[in-house]
Amino acid sequence: MAEQKVKLLGFWVSPFAYRVIWALKLKGIDYEYIEEDIFNKSPLLLQLNPIHKKVPVLIHGDRVISESYVIVQYIDETWPHCPLLPQDPYERAMARFWADFAETKLLNTAWLGLCARGAEREKAAKLAMEAVEKIEEVVKGKKLFGGESIGYLDICLGWISYWLPVWEEVGSMQIIDPIKFPATSSWMNTLLHHPVIGDNLPGRDAMIEYFQKRSKDIYESDWFKDIIRLHLHP
Amino acid sequence: MAGSEVKVLGTWASPFALRIHIALGIKSVTYEWVEENLEAKSQLLLESNPINKQVPVLIHHHKPICESLAILQYIDEAWPSAPSILPSDPYHRAVARFWAAYIDHKWFTWLKGVASAEGAEAKKAALDQVREGLVVVEEAFGKCSKGKDFFSGDRIGYLDIVLGCFLGWLYVAEKRNDVKLLDEEKMPGLAAWAIKFCLDGAVKDVMPDKDELLDYANMVFQAMAKAKLNAPPNN
Repeated sequence: MAEQKVKLLGFWVSPFAYRVIWALKLKGIDYEYIEEDIFNKSPLLLQLNPIHKKVPVLIHGDRVISESYVIVQYIDETWPHCPLLPQDPYERAMARFWADFAETKLLNTAWLGLCARGAEREKAAKLAMEAVEKIEEVVKGKKLFGGESIGYLDICLGWISYWLPVWEEVGSMQIIDPIKFPATSSWMNTLLHHPVIGDNLPGRDAMIEYFQKRSKDIYESDWFKDIIRLHLHP
Repeated sequence: MAGSEVKVLGTWASPFALRIHIALGIKSVTYEWVEENLEAKSQLLLESNPINKQVPVLIHHHKPICESLAILQYIDEAWPSAPSILPSDPYHRAVARFWAAYIDHKWFTWLKGVASAEGAEAKKAALDQVREGLVVVEEAFGKCSKGKDFFSGDRIGYLDIVLGCFLGWLYVAEKRNDVKLLDEEKMPGLAAWAIKFCLDGAVKDVMPDKDELLDYANMVFQAMAKAKLNAPPNN
């Protein structure tokens, strides 16, 4: 099975697609990358991921897998060399817990901060910072979440090292204060200097332009007001 | 691992805590159940889950594990002897994880939305969404079960536990809104699965009585409605 052809459907600026790229590169797995325009979804994407209609989607032989963290675990289990998840069941549970925490408490709130304005942006940024406080305690004393080498949690949280600073700049907000969060800042730096991560990132200028437009479009949309109400004023 | 102290912090009405009951039952693990009062959380809960302060928490070798899906996978890995909870093949595991995420992040959010929907139109839309979600899961059931009784085949497994824990609350939503959600005609596979799931040896003695759950839900929603009426205006 492992020798079957691998394809990845992604979007150039998606942090979720990059999780899969990093996992594939770390394991030295050859794959064909297919760029998807998420604003003009292809029949291929709609056929492969009819439930969510989102990237990334991994195609391995005749198998189709969606959801970035599901794909990363699939990659780890199908190609067991250079393991990403720890071996110990407790450490694995911790990695899964913190991956879920960072997704729901940091990524979602930082994204809200990017797209909101005024007091709501401030509230979202504050919630994001509270999440970073917890992550700081987990990474303290470690070079990487995975120890000496990049692991599952580094991959799942890797967006913090590159996408978050872009969102902070576009949203004029500070979530990662290097003085308040020295361990997290150091980890971000370590990650960016790792060849697999550092050499596999979208262009920063293009990202700034993209997220400026995205922030404006989402803020002005009707449905965003409902999202704000649900997440910031429950 | 066998014979070590295992504790579960949960509440009888929590579907997420029920997942842990069932999984430990499948593995024939002896454990101590600590019934938490969410209005007055124990010191043990606050120390074991300082991040979310929620149930369920599994404590094994004095180490707490939180988040029900992480706990289920931990149980499968810490007690690796059969029967297994997750499939052994990486692709089937990926399929199970994908649908677990759909059930938890999409479908259960819609089910909760029924309770918070205000007005007849919003309620109907919320209920329709829950039903449509079940139609999607019905299709997944067909593909996963391949004609057998459960998502996992001949025996209950990960996805059966993930969805099955919500059956009591699905019944509550049906009774409170006087509708059928798990419809034998639209979802024959799931309807048959639900009956077999509830009769399973690892489920039947730990699943809360659905009418007791309904009484509890009625009481909780009544108290919430009263609190809302009495709350000061927030402008």
